[in-house]
Amino acid sequence: MEFLTEFPTMGRTDLRDLKKAIDAGFREFSRSYGEGLEDFFHPLLKFMVWFEKLLVNTPWPIVLLVISALVWLGSRSWKMVTGTLACFLVIGYLDMWEDTMATLAIVSVATLLCVAVGLPIGILMARSNRAQTIITPILDVMQTIPSFVYLIPVVMLLGIGKVPGLIAVCIYAIPPMVRLTNLGIRLVDREVLEAATAFGADYRQKLFGVQIPLALPNIFAGVNQTIMMALSMVVIASMIGVAGLGVPVLRAVSNQYLALGLMNGLAIVALAIIFDRVSQTFGRRLQAHRNEGAGE
Amino acid sequence: MNVTANPSTMAGSTVETEEIKVSIRNLYKIFGDDPASVLDRVKDGMPKAELLEKHNHVLGLKDINIDMPAKRLQVIMGLSGSGKSTLIRHINRLIDPTAGEILIDGEDVLSFDKKQLLEFRRHKASMVFQKFGLLPHRTVEENVAYGLTIQGISRKEATEKGHYWIERVGLSGFEARYPGQLSGGMQQRVGLARALATDAEILLMDEAFSALDPLIRTDMQNILLDLQEELHKTIIFITHDLDEALKIADNIAILRDGEVVQQGDPQEVIMNPADEYVTDFVADINRGRHVRLRSVMDREALPSGPVLPGSTPLEESLKPLSDAPDNVLSVVNRKGERIGAVSLKTVIDAMGAGQGIGQGADGTQNRYR
Repeated sequence: MEFLTEFPTMGRTDLRDLKKAIDAGFREFSRSYGEGLEDFFHPLLKFMVWFEKLLVNTPWPIVLLVISALVWLGSRSWKMVTGTLACFLVIGYLDMWEDTMATLAIVSVATLLCVAVGLPIGILMARSNRAQTIITPILDVMQTIPSFVYLIPVVMLLGIGKVPGLIAVCIYAIPPMVRLTNLGIRLVDREVLEAATAFGADYRQKLFGVQIPLALPNIFAGVNQTIMMALSMVVIASMIGVAGLGVPVLRAVSNQYLALGLMNGLAIVALAIIFDRVSQTFGRRLQAHRNEGAGE
Repeated sequence: MNVTANPSTMAGSTVETEEIKVSIRNLYKIFGDDPASVLDRVKDGMPKAELLEKHNHVLGLKDINIDMPAKRLQVIMGLSGSGKSTLIRHINRLIDPTAGEILIDGEDVLSFDKKQLLEFRRHKASMVFQKFGLLPHRTVEENVAYGLTIQGISRKEATEKGHYWIERVGLSGFEARYPGQLSGGMQQRVGLARALATDAEILLMDEAFSALDPLIRTDMQNILLDLQEELHKTIIFITHDLDEALKIADNIAILRDGEVVQQGDPQEVIMNPADEYVTDFVADINRGRHVRLRSVMDREALPSGPVLPGSTPLEESLKPLSDAPDNVLSVVNRKGERIGAVSLKTVIDAMGAGQGIGQGADGTQNRYR
């Protein structure tokens, strides 16, 4: 009867040995390759440090001016610029300027990295069905596995700091970029693509002249999602030593500081809304032919 | 009716042997996992249904042999599922055949490597699509110049050339619009201009006018015929509409279930349908407009008196015939030689469609227009 009520397990000692073996194996791996990986990521670290310092050390009126200019270029809307300015002024007045700049830095770098890596992977996926069947389950794992679980090996390999934080953010934020690039390219009208082929377009001409431009709405939805997910990882990233708005939130959670948590949390929300609206309107503006579509 | 717009009257007294531009030889196309494995069975005559049931392969095209003369308008006609769109895509190898040859100027397209194929598509054959296939994110101007930019021509030159063709298809003033802002007919003009702009000798038109409503379709047919009168391209035109085919064709090939059931002079198809399938097709057409005098005339009688050209459609001969003495007129070929005679009664009987006119059509496969 015991067989039915108790699930037959592999045995305590065996299980312990198995876990030990895996841990030891990974430790061995991180001992021999950890340093090499750190060297590999060193340029990234330098870039991040440089960018964060740039944002923090530049006098705040100049940063505000640049941000407003970027928002204007992206959205061409005075309403959006005014809203953004108001948000940042309140954030600064409530003494969250430095943390906000640090968060801005890591989110920007993470997004750039995700686009740079995710776009080619998405194109590869759209091009080959086999690549799609291999990559899709990997993306599923990346999106669903609890972030704390992959924080363990990342920290074991690279220690605590900006780079492991950035990698953790990217693991979580890159899937929508890849998925939506793949989807966008696969959804391009077959007849349009066939026409390009019939006129003798080679692979590059088709990719850059037809597929990517027509997939842009979806690709931009991917960028937008990536930014949002990167922002939502800010608190978890702060647990492994990434500076930013996540640090005070973490402190507030452990000490039950309601006001501190609320203010920093709302600052993250403000950043998210600004990023979201600007990237969306920018994506829409790129699609001029869709907006004016009349006369069907 | 504008008789001069019809290329069949423009063909002139071309009795000289025609140069063959595109020649399709023993072409087979089978769709499925392993087409080569069932090719022999198809060649042995296994029917389409059995092939699908026993081997799970679909027979697309079977033993197609068509010679398409240079500078003529070849129509390939058939209902949906007859394989006509598959066939036209073999010519520029958007689809590769299971077996057979496609010779263009005597060169086998199938022997082309990647680079030769790109060159061929860029310079020798351009295409017009049923659903236009325009790039929605580019303006009319950029779409028309598309083929040229693919060729690597400088933007300035491409735009310049493009403007000429935009004007030729009557779209001046719309250069900066996007395709989504144009009506279907205008979009297809863009498609036509894009295809013409590359100066390709061969123009492939896949149901190019089928998506347009009837008035606009007639319009586009006339534009095509007017342009052809001047450009003399080798046009391969796919359609399911016999009226359209008869209006524009120099030659017709009729496809059914992936096989050619009849090909040749349009007049011959009307007067001597090869089988019931073609007979059904021909039954509904307007004979007065599409049948010409030379197909119904009496070759024995050669009266003197007033004459009519042999290319006159029946409906246009009614008035002259009723005015003529005894209601009889002589028929002349392009050189003005008398080749036969018609009476009003013959013409009215022939327009009444139905049986019996086949007898008067013997020997119409000779071209004497």
